[in-house]
Amino acid sequence: MKLRQKKTMTAYLFLIVPLIFFIFVRFFPTIYAFWLSFTDWNIISPKMNFVGFDNFRALFADSVFMKSLWNTFKYVLYGVPLVLVLSFAISLLLNNIRKGQAFYRLIYVMPYITPLVAVSWVWRWMYQRPPVGVINNLFSFVGIPTQRFLFSMDQALIAIVVTTVWVNLGYCIVIFLAGLQTIPKEYLEASKIDGANRWQVLTKITVPLLNPVILFLVVTQSILFLRIFTQVYNMTDQGSGGPLNSTKPLVLYIYQKAFLSFEMGSASSATVVLFGIILLITLLQFRLLKRRVQY
Amino acid sequence: MKRTLLVLVLCVALLATLSFAKTKIVYWQYYYETKIKTVDQVIEEFERLNPDIEVEHVNFPYENYNQKVAASVPAGIGPDVVNLFYGWIPKYVTSGYLQPLPEDEFSKAYFAENFFPFVGPGVNFEGKSYALPIAVRSLSLIWNKDLFKAAGLDPEKPPLTLNELVAYAKKLTVYDRAGNIVQAGLTMQPSGQGHQWIREVLIRQFGGVPYSSDNKMVMYDKTGAGADVLKFYTDLIVEDKISYPGFMNDDVTAFSSQKAAMTIDGSFRIGTLRNVKGLNFAFAELPSHNGVKSNFASFWANGITKNATGDRLVAAIKFVKFLSSEYVMDLWLKNVGELPANPALAANYYDDPTYGPFLKGLEYAHATFFVDETAQRQVIMDAVDKVINGYSPETAWKEMASEEQVVLDKFWK
Repeated sequence: MKLRQKKTMTAYLFLIVPLIFFIFVRFFPTIYAFWLSFTDWNIISPKMNFVGFDNFRALFADSVFMKSLWNTFKYVLYGVPLVLVLSFAISLLLNNIRKGQAFYRLIYVMPYITPLVAVSWVWRWMYQRPPVGVINNLFSFVGIPTQRFLFSMDQALIAIVVTTVWVNLGYCIVIFLAGLQTIPKEYLEASKIDGANRWQVLTKITVPLLNPVILFLVVTQSILFLRIFTQVYNMTDQGSGGPLNSTKPLVLYIYQKAFLSFEMGSASSATVVLFGIILLITLLQFRLLKRRVQY
Repeated sequence: MKRTLLVLVLCVALLATLSFAKTKIVYWQYYYETKIKTVDQVIEEFERLNPDIEVEHVNFPYENYNQKVAASVPAGIGPDVVNLFYGWIPKYVTSGYLQPLPEDEFSKAYFAENFFPFVGPGVNFEGKSYALPIAVRSLSLIWNKDLFKAAGLDPEKPPLTLNELVAYAKKLTVYDRAGNIVQAGLTMQPSGQGHQWIREVLIRQFGGVPYSSDNKMVMYDKTGAGADVLKFYTDLIVEDKISYPGFMNDDVTAFSSQKAAMTIDGSFRIGTLRNVKGLNFAFAELPSHNGVKSNFASFWANGITKNATGDRLVAAIKFVKFLSSEYVMDLWLKNVGELPANPALAANYYDDPTYGPFLKGLEYAHATFFVDETAQRQVIMDAVDKVINGYSPETAWKEMASEEQVVLDKFWK
């Protein structure tokens, strides 16, 4: 055996371990969930009957499911642009300062490394009405009428988006900063010599060169918002996704179906739908944003 | 020499088989420290009385309990005796998990003699009984004596009727300059015990019944005062502004931090409230209305799974019976603080200022036949939310009835 062959063999040998892991821990349950989505399994019954597409038909006839589906899109539509724009702006600022950059970076990353359940509960308390809610007390102090936030049909979802953006901001900033620092200084200097203003530098050089970073963040943040659960579960009354399902995302719907109503079959169907959506959106984003820029 | 050795070996072998002949059953319950310690003590006593039976006691965190039980069954490694919420019985039975308690041992007379009247129907599914409770819970009105005094009310006199309750609640509510509630008169938390109060107490007090006698039909929209029940409840929030769902996050926090003067909660809260320093409170029977008293009772019960057959079934029956004996119930009240399910034993505690009001409530209590407790709680939470968000109580009540009927139909189909 040649040395080269031997090296390849060794590499494959090591790759087998994660492969086995993926097959049994990732792929097998996924495929099993696909199978479950065509059954009426109720989690405690040994019986598992094949029901065809009945679960899917029932799902799309269920107004709560449709509401959760729409809510999930709302989380993505509000959350992803907000977190990207904010983190990009902050990282541009941070990129300009030399002193204390590490300190600021640390501050912004703090929420990201804090357990999400703790974050959710702290925000839940901050959103309370008087006498305990910090935000409402502040409103009261400056004379703004108090808001119902998590108990309002119109504000609850946005309140949760704000918390989530606050959490994810640090991570996005770090990635953006890393991206910004890979942009060759020569390009920036050359453009300045050619008389480009700041806006032109930003739109013609920085953003195009950051394209792979933006793609990465759009994809990962979209998936994150599509799978939102912990915040909603911890910030709404009894984890219900209320008031009146106005904050309930798909994953919470799935959880409630599976582990509170024990309808594993229809929960699996909803999972398959979510899987399809994530797959579709991710492919779409790859297609739209995958443009290699080279100067 | 050889013969003695042979006899010795035979003796050892015989002893070994004898000790192996012990019947071993497995008991599952969720993790709650005082319950576990008490059950350990109970098992010790049970094994002393039944030397041929060995009980293995297994616990899981409450959050994972259903999932663990659920996962173990298809795998065939489940328990012989399982502790479950009575509201889960229909689901466990239709899933082929529980076996009925033998009628000769657990007759109607046995239930009448040993348990409060709501227990029998609570553990019954399609004519068969499936489980026995150790202890039960009911609701009571809990009031803060210091806040009563501050509002100029007699701290020893709780409201006795709904009208009094409303009047008191109004007096006890405190607002800031901007009109925000800073002290609630009465907690309004449908997601807590509020939904039980509406379903089993208010509906009946307004002349209705929650469900048909076979539990297949929603009746509260067809009987009694209908939507007036919801109007009564939500008027307190929308019109009288004595509190709202989520005030101070939840009812328990509001009451324990002395920001709510009255609350309606279960006997399982006794321990929590006792541990709050400086909280000067007392318990009373739920206020009556139109001369009607009602209460909601619930309980965890011990059922026998299909795993138990032959000797293990015999042992399981003995164990379930023992768990509901007066000896265990008394121990349970002392250690865990839950109410005995046996009226004769309960009578000993009627004058107790803490347990008395709860126990008296058990006499006229109803245990709701839940087919999906979370979903059935949700429809009531939603109905209240709808009125807060501008729906009329009539519309919200009608929608609540049809949504709950869907939940019931799904189960019974």
